[in-house]
Amino acid sequence: MSVTSPTPSAVPLPTRRGCPFDPPDEYGVLRQRQPISRLAFPDGKTGWLFTRYEDVRGLLADVRFSSDRRRASSPVRAFPIRIGDPRVPGSLIGMDPPEHTRYRRLVTRWFTVRRMRELAPRIDRIVADHLAAMDRTGPPVDLVGEFARPIPSLVICELLGVPYGDRTDFQRWTAALFRLDEPKESVFAARDALWEYVRELVVAKRRQPDEALLSQLIHSEDPSAGLTDQELTGVGQLLLIAGHETTANMLALGTFALLCHPEQSRILRERPDLVDNAVEELLRYLTIVQFGIVRVAREDVEVAGVRVRAGETVVASIAAANRDPAQFPEPDELDITRSAAHHIAFGHGVHQCLGQQLARMEMRTAYPALFGRFPALRLAVPADQVPLRDDMFIYGVHRLPVTWQG
Amino acid sequence: MRIEIDRSRCRGAGQCALHAPELFDQSEEDGMVVVLDDQPPPELLERARLAERLCPNSVIRVLDDEQSRGGPAG
Repeated sequence: MSVTSPTPSAVPLPTRRGCPFDPPDEYGVLRQRQPISRLAFPDGKTGWLFTRYEDVRGLLADVRFSSDRRRASSPVRAFPIRIGDPRVPGSLIGMDPPEHTRYRRLVTRWFTVRRMRELAPRIDRIVADHLAAMDRTGPPVDLVGEFARPIPSLVICELLGVPYGDRTDFQRWTAALFRLDEPKESVFAARDALWEYVRELVVAKRRQPDEALLSQLIHSEDPSAGLTDQELTGVGQLLLIAGHETTANMLALGTFALLCHPEQSRILRERPDLVDNAVEELLRYLTIVQFGIVRVAREDVEVAGVRVRAGETVVASIAAANRDPAQFPEPDELDITRSAAHHIAFGHGVHQCLGQQLARMEMRTAYPALFGRFPALRLAVPADQVPLRDDMFIYGVHRLPVTWQG
Repeated sequence: MRIEIDRSRCRGAGQCALHAPELFDQSEEDGMVVVLDDQPPPELLERARLAERLCPNSVIRVLDDEQSRGGPAG
C-alpha cells in the first residue's frame, strides 16, 4: 500500500482562545479536515499535531513513540522543558520503559485508589479549614490564593513530607518553569533552585526519617528500591510540582466554569451523588494540559494515512481529543450528568497520570464543600475580567475574585 | 464471563479499581492490579467492560462465556 503524505504548510500550535473554557477554534477545524496536520515548532523544526480522540489515544499507547524530551521540540517554546530530561535521575515523565517502569512501580503504591480514600478525612479537614478562613476574612476573596492553590499544596506537602512553610519558594520556582515567556536563564535558575531544595530535603530525611513518602522511599524494604539521592530528588521534585500545580488549576478553573454554568452548579447541589460524574466531566471539558503531550517517533511510522519520520516530534492534543464529537456528543457543552469517564485529560498509556486518584479525591471533596458552604457564591468581577493562564503550560486562572453576599 | 489480565503491562493508574471496585484492587506492595473475582456474575459485565475499556495499558480482557470455553478469541 502506498502512503501519500499530504504536504500542506506547517502552522504553529493554535493557542488563542475564543471562550475561556474552550480550546482554540482551530482545533475543531483541524480535527474535522486534517486530524493529523503539519505543525511548526518555535525552534524552526516541523512535526505533527494529532487532534482526533482515537488517534491521540492510539499515539499515547504506541511504543514506537518515545517520551524522551531531549529529542523533542516544544510546541510553545524555543527550548525544551528540562524537567522531562531522562538524564535527570528519577525524572520519569521523560523516560521510556524499562527505566520508566522501575520508578513507576516504586511510587505507585502511594497513589492507589485505596490509599487516596484513606486520605479523605484529612482532605475534608483541610478543605473545611480553608472555607472557614475564607468566611472569617469575608468577601471578596481570591479563590486561587485562599482555596484552590493552598489545598492541593498542603495535601502534597503532607504526603511527601515537604515543609508547607517553604511553599512560597517552590511555588515561585514552579511558576517560572511553567511560564511560556520566562527567559531561558530564569527557567534554568528555577530548575536548579528547586533541585537543590529537594536534594537538601532528601539528605535531611536520610538523617531524620518521618512517616511521609520521601522518607519511606529512602527506607524502603523493597530490595529493588535502593534509590540514590539523585533519583530520590528527581522523583521528589516531580511529585511536588505535579501535586500542587495541576489540581490547583482544576479547582479554580472548575469553579469558574460552574459559576458560568449556574444550571450545572444547581444540579451538583441538588444531586450530590453526581459528584464523581461531575469531576470526570470537568476534567474532560477543561483539559488543563492545554498544549498537549509531546512524543518523538523512534522510527518511520504510518498513522491514519500519513508517514511520521523517525525523529519527528508529534503533539497529542488531549484538549482537542476530549472535544471530539465522535466520542462525546455535544462536546462543547458542560454536562455533569453525561458519562465522560473515558476522557484522556490524565493522558493514556504507561504515563497516564500517577496522581490521578489524588486529584479526583481533592476535587470531589472541594467543589461540593465550597458550593455547600457558600450557596450564593458568585464572581466578584465580570467574567471577562478574570485573568486567564494562556501564558502557562497548565491552563487555569491566575486569580478568581469571588463573593457570597446578597 | 471470565477476566484475564496481563499484569506485566500494568502501571497502576487505578482506573479499574476506581470504576469496578467489586472486581479489581491494587496491590499494597506495588500498586499494580489485583483481580478480586475473575469469573464474576453477569450483572457485573458492564463494569468489567468499562474497566477493560478505560485501562490505559490494555491490561484487562473480558471474555464472554463462549470465548471462555475456548472460542476463537479465547
